[in-house]
Amino acid sequence: MAHKLQEMLARQGWLLADGATGTNLFNMGLEAGEAPEIWNETQPKSITTLYQGAVDAGSDLFLTNSFGGNYSRLKLHNAQGRVRQINRIAAEIAREVADRADRPLVVAGSMGPTGEIMQPVGSLSHQNAVEMFHEQAEGLKEGGADLLWIETLSAREEFAAAAEGISLAGMAWAGTMSFDTAGRTMMGLTASDMVKMVAGLKHQPLAFGANCGVGASDLLRTLIGFAAAGPKLPIIAKGNAGIPKFVDGHIHYDGTPELMAEYAVMARDIGAGIIGGCCGTMAPHLIAMRRALEERPAGDAPDLETIEARIGPFSSASDGSGGDGPVRRERRGRRR
Amino acid sequence: MADDEDIILSELDDEELTLQMHDDLYDGLKEEIEEGVNILLGRGWQPYDVLTKALVEGMRIVGIDFRDGILFVPEVLLAANAMKGGMAILKPLLAETGAPRMGKMVIGTVKGDIHDIGKNLVTMMMEGAGFEVKDLGINNPVENYLDTLQSEEYDILGMSALLTTTMPYMKVVIDTMVEKGMRDDYVVMVGGAPLNEEFARAIGADAYCRDAAVAVETAKSFMAKKHNRLTA
Repeated sequence: MAHKLQEMLARQGWLLADGATGTNLFNMGLEAGEAPEIWNETQPKSITTLYQGAVDAGSDLFLTNSFGGNYSRLKLHNAQGRVRQINRIAAEIAREVADRADRPLVVAGSMGPTGEIMQPVGSLSHQNAVEMFHEQAEGLKEGGADLLWIETLSAREEFAAAAEGISLAGMAWAGTMSFDTAGRTMMGLTASDMVKMVAGLKHQPLAFGANCGVGASDLLRTLIGFAAAGPKLPIIAKGNAGIPKFVDGHIHYDGTPELMAEYAVMARDIGAGIIGGCCGTMAPHLIAMRRALEERPAGDAPDLETIEARIGPFSSASDGSGGDGPVRRERRGRRR
Repeated sequence: MADDEDIILSELDDEELTLQMHDDLYDGLKEEIEEGVNILLGRGWQPYDVLTKALVEGMRIVGIDFRDGILFVPEVLLAANAMKGGMAILKPLLAETGAPRMGKMVIGTVKGDIHDIGKNLVTMMMEGAGFEVKDLGINNPVENYLDTLQSEEYDILGMSALLTTTMPYMKVVIDTMVEKGMRDDYVVMVGGAPLNEEFARAIGADAYCRDAAVAVETAKSFMAKKHNRLTA
């Protein structure tokens, strides 16, 4: 049986996801250093406002306020004992908002990275990572999420652990990684590496893609990399509204609603099915994105020159795929 | 040079062994690094020379390729881990021989900020380069930094922030150091995604470090200047 997400995607051709969570919550008074997820318990009205903002701006799908809601992240706030509850409430509030709306909406239970580095280079074991994701998944499931949504990951090991944790909860899911280091993830994955990695997972997601990273241009370049690798699954695009600039003592993302509208149309033309924003993407951006997606006819996929001309330059010369990037040094001799 | 022979470290002459150790660091081979360190020491090398010529130089190459997007975090962490294996052998010997210290650093993410991956990478790379690092973790008020700096003999203060809302706190720390008359006793390095050179200058830091490799290079050049001043 097709999942709600797949049905809606088949019906509409594309889905508009939501924008920023953190940027919006800071505007509502979240203090730096506070865990946004604790607000599910202490400020549920603000979380309703956050979700409602995305819904009113035209999103078909929105993420729960549970990005850092895993054991390892909540431990930093001494809230590791309340993982299940915090995630359940995040999804419950979202469910309420979605069920009140006059159109179908998908509630996606956000799950961010553990923030730890996995073995063998780091200390987090596969087993513990699976357990952390499983615990969070159960909470989001209990609260009524339609599917779970892994985002901003950089390591293949952690992505696989998340998929496994989610499968233990018996939930459908989607997953995105952040390509922020010369076109690759921090751990060195290229766009085509991710397509291959996802294809090999036992518990297949409903969709996969990229979020956050460095600005909207880089994100589109990553989408081109996905499309070139011939993925079987729908592609997700959730790019930042430009790049953060430090202006007069406060931060400002330099991407305008018009820029994000261009980005959304180009993302669709490259082949993305689920399109939204990430940091800095507010209601006016989402409104402009929806309008552009509805009004502008589908076109050919833009090339890199077109992207650069329309929404600005890339942060690095290449995205690390293909043989044109820098190469490792030659070894002096052979070992074993 | 690539041939199919296995490499026997003890059969290489000093120069070849040193170069091989650079390669082995690059490949994150901890046991081979430990073996190489012991061979060089057995040949009468000064511990300080083993550290600088074999290990630190090897990590410098790793740092360059990390900076240039050729190596990524996993490879760098494996290299740093191999380096630490060698350091563990050298550390007591360096203390005995009174070799110049690489330097000691206090590092932490500033108050209000809970992000730590970048800071952790800097810690691992700095340790990989032979520095001693005291990691204060996340969300540090000014007292944490200052009390720690005064508790032992440190050279460098490193502060990290990922949020634009928390980076101004770095200035609070530096201003307090100035007030207490201890600013000039330390090199202050700052880093984190939203920062830039201009910001670092504006708040009175000594250096902005774009990534962990730059942090190591910056720390080394400051320590070199400090040694020169002391011996001048």
